[in-house]
Amino acid sequence: MGILCQSCKNAEATVHVTDIAPSNGEKRERHLCEGCAEEEGITMKQHEPINTILAKFVEQKVGGSAEEAAKLTCPKCGVSFREFRANGLLGCRHDYEVFAEYITPLIERAHGGATQHAGKVPRRMGSDRGKQTDILRLKRRLSEAVEKEDYETAAAVRDELKVLQGDGN
Amino acid sequence: MEIDDLTRRTGEWLRGEGPSSKVVISSRIRLARNFEAYPFLSRADETARREMYRALTDRITETDLGQDCLVVNIDEVEPLDRQLMVERHLISKQHADGEGCRGVVVSADETRALMIHEEDHLRIQCLRSGLQLETLWQEVDRIDDLLEERVEYAYDEKFGYLTACPTNVGTGIRVSVMLHLPGLKMTNEVERLLRAARDMRLAVRGLFGEGTDALGDFFQISNQATLGKSEAEIIDEFGNEVIPKLVEYELNAREMLANERTYQLDDRIWRAYGTLCHARTIGTDETLFLLSHLRLGVQMNRFKLVDLATINQLFLLTQRAHLQKINGGPMDGEKRSIARAELLRQRLGSSN
Repeated sequence: MGILCQSCKNAEATVHVTDIAPSNGEKRERHLCEGCAEEEGITMKQHEPINTILAKFVEQKVGGSAEEAAKLTCPKCGVSFREFRANGLLGCRHDYEVFAEYITPLIERAHGGATQHAGKVPRRMGSDRGKQTDILRLKRRLSEAVEKEDYETAAAVRDELKVLQGDGN
Repeated sequence: MEIDDLTRRTGEWLRGEGPSSKVVISSRIRLARNFEAYPFLSRADETARREMYRALTDRITETDLGQDCLVVNIDEVEPLDRQLMVERHLISKQHADGEGCRGVVVSADETRALMIHEEDHLRIQCLRSGLQLETLWQEVDRIDDLLEERVEYAYDEKFGYLTACPTNVGTGIRVSVMLHLPGLKMTNEVERLLRAARDMRLAVRGLFGEGTDALGDFFQISNQATLGKSEAEIIDEFGNEVIPKLVEYELNAREMLANERTYQLDDRIWRAYGTLCHARTIGTDETLFLLSHLRLGVQMNRFKLVDLATINQLFLLTQRAHLQKINGGPMDGEKRSIARAELLRQRLGSSN
């Protein structure tokens, strides 16, 4: 066995941290086991599966009405909210409407508060072909201009970007 | 093109070229799309799956995407071939292990792999070595446009492209970059940085995607949020802000090691070379770990006995399925470890 965890002195230290004091730059090495490192928020468990997050989330958010929600079933595909909760997968596009009340807060949480699409639109819904590519090119030109401190070009590019991003979104 | 042709080449993601390739191994962009007219896969029966599979392979191959491509019906190929495609990053592990009619259409240069019936009906993915997100977006966007003319996608004005799992809804885009961070690992800074990445709502995974551990100092970083931002915003933030910073930190760490911990650094590199040249039996994890140190040595110009192309090739050829393929068929773990050690001794130019 290697070094013992300095915190619990119980398990092998597998996480090694060097803290640098911002005041004097002094270094301090610490050796922790997986569990203690996680507790201190230094490491995180590998990616929690979506259904665990879902299950937890539904319990907190829906609370008392969880049982009611679980009974909801999509008339088109037959998927119940209970099934969705178990595996994180919807049965068809209509589930987004049928479960809207419960799914919208979930989507909001998964996407940093967003509930409205802001990207590409299929051509049959209106034409924005190549728009994202243009925006991307302009964004690169903008950061290049800022890097070179060419603020005149930067301002011009920023205006172009505004026009492009303004319509349709 | 046949699956067996693949083993003779390095594969795009390990070519070791492209912008920032000292640290960025490869970049990938994928889009998740579903048919408007069919239920998602968890509710699609085998007949529906076959219809969609047929429609998608037909529509794809009638365009220029069909030129010299490889169409693989995954349900019909050997487990070894499935694993081979996972190792080449053409399909996900989930897709290899899945059930029912499913497939992948791969371009001859392996920069495109369109997965049919993974978690969604269609997943368009493009892959390139180095940091090349803008080029990748242009390719993915073009393929999406081509197919959108032929297939009606499930789309909603509020939630955008509808996906089987609500975590992919909106743009359906996943931007991933594979980083090689041995410097940050040796200076014990990697965990802290990855935690910062997670705080920025980025996912950190291992060499072979979802559910795999970071091995041999390789980390795959990708966006999690797909709704509320445009594709351009997501790509721009990722490729022009997040990744360049991580690359800079890694290069600083390498410089610090070279200046202040020269002996420890060289010791790691040469010990790796020593073990790889002399081992008689060796597992995949240890191989990756040691090849990672060798790659660092070559990238830092401290080790010149082996070239980068050889190392990149070995990363792939020492993987489970590749090793069995070049040795002519299935082998058990012990035999594989022996064959792996033999291959390494041969390729690294030592006859000892």
